[in-house]
Amino acid sequence: MAMKDVPDNIFMTQLDAAASWARANSLWPMPFATACCGIELMATASSRFDLARFGAEVMRFSPRQCDLMIVAGRVVMKMLPVLQRIWLQMPEPKWCISMGACACTGGVFDTYAVVQGVDRFIPVDLYVPGCPPRPEQLMAGIIALQDKIKHGGTLNGTEFGKRTQPMGPTPYDLDELIRIREANEQLVSLN
Amino acid sequence: MSTEETLQSKFPAAGLKCSQFRDNRRVVVPAESLQPLLAFMKGDLGFDFLAEITAVDYLEYEGATDRFGVVYVVVNTKTGERLVIKTFVNDPDPVLPSAYSLWKSADWLEREVYDMFGIKFSGHPDLRRILTPDEFSAYPLRKDYPLKGRGERHNFPVITRADS
Repeated sequence: MAMKDVPDNIFMTQLDAAASWARANSLWPMPFATACCGIELMATASSRFDLARFGAEVMRFSPRQCDLMIVAGRVVMKMLPVLQRIWLQMPEPKWCISMGACACTGGVFDTYAVVQGVDRFIPVDLYVPGCPPRPEQLMAGIIALQDKIKHGGTLNGTEFGKRTQPMGPTPYDLDELIRIREANEQLVSLN
Repeated sequence: MSTEETLQSKFPAAGLKCSQFRDNRRVVVPAESLQPLLAFMKGDLGFDFLAEITAVDYLEYEGATDRFGVVYVVVNTKTGERLVIKTFVNDPDPVLPSAYSLWKSADWLEREVYDMFGIKFSGHPDLRRILTPDEFSAYPLRKDYPLKGRGERHNFPVITRADS
């Protein structure tokens, strides 16, 4: 559709696309840094790697001022209610990056105290693997998240309403079955 | 006279067993003599600092006759002397007298031993769990507790994206 009367400095777009474009280029991370991944997160934000190039340099330690939670490091059982509460305190629209092996799966800490992946209890948009991931890897993750926001985002967040299922593994996931079997074997050998 | 000899002469009936490994000097004391012995060390021998209380689970340990060993490390800050005192308690109801009345540092140390091993300390002013959450029901450093837990780490409400 050609519009002859529109001046050169006017662009036509959809409101969803414009809002998503703005949101994607102005992410405000909430650094939930509990372990060594937090150090890499700090390195990512500092001058050498310079997260400001992607518009995400303003780390706020109040969840009320953030829209991107970066869970960097292992989360223990006692910390999980805190994590959930901080997530609930963040205003919409919000996204979550699970950074590192421990946040994604529990990593090497397969013990009674450590949560085996935060995606079992809070929704996760993007996983960054690594132990810990290098800053480049986290930046690649943030770029991928920006891409996701730009392509699927809507003005009033209707894309979030469809995600009604927990993100973590189901009880009959192969990985989960192996875990249950190993836990039972341990119990049998002790009793 | 060394501290061990003083203790032996003060508590001749207790059957104290003294030993030494390198510079670790150890006294094994029966549980019923523990409180008077600790009080004597604090009051008369000048051991004014309780550095550590911890425990060992001897379940299925070769040659062990008792279930739990509880270890106290006391220090005399005047002389720098350091002594390890060990005692044993058993199931089904492991209880020891609290050392809180002697050293205030026993407060959290005894809570930690209670949290991890389920050994109770009678006379402790506030015997709650200190490391694990309040609703945790097991004693995780006992040898009959599986490393991966009994499902405690999976018992949280799940937040999905649609309801947050």
